[in-house]
Amino acid sequence: MSDTSETSVAVGPSADGALRGQLKRLRQGDKGLLPILLGLIVLVIYFQIRNSVFLSSGNLTNLFVQATIFILLAMAEIWLLLLGEIDLSVGFVSALGATTAVILLDNQFHWPWFAALPLAILVTTTIGTLQGFIIIKLRLPSFIVTLAGLLGWEGVLIFFVDRQGTGGTIPVQEKVLYDLVNANLSPLWTWIFVLACLAVLIYLIVRRDQSRRTSGLDSVPHFVTIAKAVSLIVAGLVLVMIFNRNRGTFIVLEGMPYAIPVDIAMLAAGSFILTRTRVGRYIYAIGGNSEAARRAGVNVNRYRLLAFVFTGFTAGVAGLIYASRLGGISDNVDPNLVLLAVASAVIGGTSLFGGRGKMIHAVIGGLVIATIYNGMALISMSAATQYIATALVLLVAVAMDAVARRGSSPSR
Amino acid sequence: MTTTPESTSSFTPPNGVSVSGDSGVAPSTLLSLRGITKSFGAVEALKHVDLDIPAGQVTALIGDNGAGKSTLIKAIAGIYAPTSGDIFWEGRKVTLHTPRDAENLGIATVYQDLALCDNLDIVQNMYLGHEESRHFTLDEIKMELNTKRVLSELSVSTVQSVRQLVGSLSGGQRQAIAVARAVMHESKLVIMDEPTAALGVSQTAQVLDLIKRLASRGIAVLVISHNLVDVFEVADRIAVMYLGTLVSSGPAANYDTSSAVEIITTGGSRSDVAASAK
Repeated sequence: MSDTSETSVAVGPSADGALRGQLKRLRQGDKGLLPILLGLIVLVIYFQIRNSVFLSSGNLTNLFVQATIFILLAMAEIWLLLLGEIDLSVGFVSALGATTAVILLDNQFHWPWFAALPLAILVTTTIGTLQGFIIIKLRLPSFIVTLAGLLGWEGVLIFFVDRQGTGGTIPVQEKVLYDLVNANLSPLWTWIFVLACLAVLIYLIVRRDQSRRTSGLDSVPHFVTIAKAVSLIVAGLVLVMIFNRNRGTFIVLEGMPYAIPVDIAMLAAGSFILTRTRVGRYIYAIGGNSEAARRAGVNVNRYRLLAFVFTGFTAGVAGLIYASRLGGISDNVDPNLVLLAVASAVIGGTSLFGGRGKMIHAVIGGLVIATIYNGMALISMSAATQYIATALVLLVAVAMDAVARRGSSPSR
Repeated sequence: MTTTPESTSSFTPPNGVSVSGDSGVAPSTLLSLRGITKSFGAVEALKHVDLDIPAGQVTALIGDNGAGKSTLIKAIAGIYAPTSGDIFWEGRKVTLHTPRDAENLGIATVYQDLALCDNLDIVQNMYLGHEESRHFTLDEIKMELNTKRVLSELSVSTVQSVRQLVGSLSGGQRQAIAVARAVMHESKLVIMDEPTAALGVSQTAQVLDLIKRLASRGIAVLVISHNLVDVFEVADRIAVMYLGTLVSSGPAANYDTSSAVEIITTGGSRSDVAASAK
C-alpha cells in the first residue's frame, strides 16, 4: 500500500465513500454472498436440466428440510470458527441431546415436550460449556479436546440408545418433536410468517439507513436500499410459492415446515448477537487478534467460553431437528455430520482462521451442501461421486478462504 | 513544579543533567518515578530509576537494546509491578497492578506490534473494550461520529472511510488509529513504543506530526525510539537508559546526536556527559 493511493476524502457524508468502503471490503476477502449465490444457481440449473423434478415444490421443500440440519450445525460451528477454534464433537453432542429428549418423551417417562426439549438443549449446552472450560482452563487445542469429545460422546450415545433395548434405534413417539420437521404451518400462517419477517427486516434496513443519513454519516444511495428491499420481497414471495403449493399426491400437503421458522429464529438471534452486541464484537475481536482484545480490556476467556456455550445451545436445537427428521435416534449417527457442518460454514464464506464470518453463511453453505446431496440423489449419482463432489466444493471454499486471508493484510 | 512529590528533594538524579537544572520552563509534572527497581530473579532489569514526565511535552526514552526501556514502560503501563520504588501520578502516590489500573488513571500505551484487530473496522477498533451502547445494542452512529470527530481533530485525513477494515490501512495510518484511540479515551499520558519503526519516510513524518499535536493538546507523550533523527525532531525532553539505569535526562536542547550516542553506548561518565551535553 503506497502513500499515493491515499486520498483525503471521507470527512463528511458521501455516498461515494460508502460505496468505496464496500469495494475495499470486497477486495479484502469479505467477498460477500454473491459468488456463492451464483454457484448455487449454477448447481440448481444443472440439476434441473438433468432432472426436472428438482425444482418441484415437493423436492425443494424436502431440500430445505434436508438443509436445516446442516444449517443449524454450521451455525453451531460458526461461533467457534469466528474465534479460530473448531468443535469436532458437535454432531454427536447434538445427537446426544436429541437422545435425551427422545428417551424422556417416550412411553416410559412421559415427560411433556416443554420440559423434555429444553432439557435436551440444556444437556448439549452443558457439554459445550464443559468442553470449552477444559479447552480454556487447561489451554488445550479445541481440535484435540473435541476430537476426544467426538469419540467419548459417541460412546455415551451408544450406551444410552442400546440401554433402551429397542434394537439400536429409539423412535420418536411424541407429536411435538415429530411435527418439528414433519408438519407444516397452514398456508395462511406461512404468508403471515413470511410477511412479518419481511416487514421486520425491511424496517431494520430502512431505519438504519435513515439514522445514518440524519446523522450525516456516509450512507448508501436510496436505490441500493430499495434494491435490497425489493430482492428480499421477491425472495420471500418465492419461498411462499414453493411452500404453499400442494405437494401431496393423495392428500393435501402444503405450507412451510416448522423447521424453517426454527432456522430463521436461530439465524436472527445469532446475527443479532454477533452484529449488535458487545459479545459479538468481542468474539470477532478475539478471533482477529486476541492479544489486541486482551490489551483493550476484554476478558478474553469469558467470551471464548460464551462461544462454546452458544455452540452447545445451537447443537441442541440441531439435534432435535435431526431426531425429528429421522423419526428417531439410532446408535449409528452419521460421523460425517460435523465435517459437513464445517464445510457448510466455510462454503458460505466463514473463515477457518477466525475473525471472519456471519450466521447467514451457515444458511447459504447448508443450502449448497443440501443441493449437492439432493440433486445427486435425484440424478442417481453414486455415493462415491457424491462424496468426491462435496470434497471438491469444500476444497474450493477453503482455498478461497486462504486466498482471501492472504489478501486481507496488505500492510504486513 | 507545583505538584512535585515531597520525596523529590531527597533524590538527585543519578547522573548527568539534573532535573532541577532545567532551563527556566518548569511544566507541571504528570508522572514521577522514584527509585523504580525491577528484578527478574537475580537479574536487575531496572536499577533505581527516577524520571519525571511533564504534561504537554514529548519525552523521548532512548537507549541500546536491553537497556531497560521496555521494562520501564511496562512498569508504567501496569504490566510489570516494580520490585521497589514509588510512582506518583499528579503528585499522588499510586500503585499499578494491571493495565486497567494504568488505563483508569489515563495512561494509554500504543504498542510496537500495534494492538489493533485487522478484521474490525476503524470505528470498532477505536472503541474496542469501551463500546457505547443504547437499549442493550451497540450505538454505532454515536461511535462513528465520535471517531470522525477525533480523527479530524488530530488531522488524520488520509483514511477513506472510518468503516474501512484496519487490515487495509498502511502502517502510518494504523499508528494514527492507535494514537487516536488513546486520545479518544481522554488519556493524559500516551506511551509509544517505537512508533516510527517500519514506517516509510512520509508516514514517519505524519506520525511525528501527530505526536507533536498530542503534546500541544496538553497530553504527555513518552516515546521510545532507536531513531535519533526522529527523537530530535519531536522530543522536548530526553532520557537515556544504560544497562537498567537512567543515566541522563534533561531538555532535548541539552543534547546533540553525538552526545546522545555516546551516552547510549557508554553510559557516559558524569564529566563526559556534562561536557558534551552543554
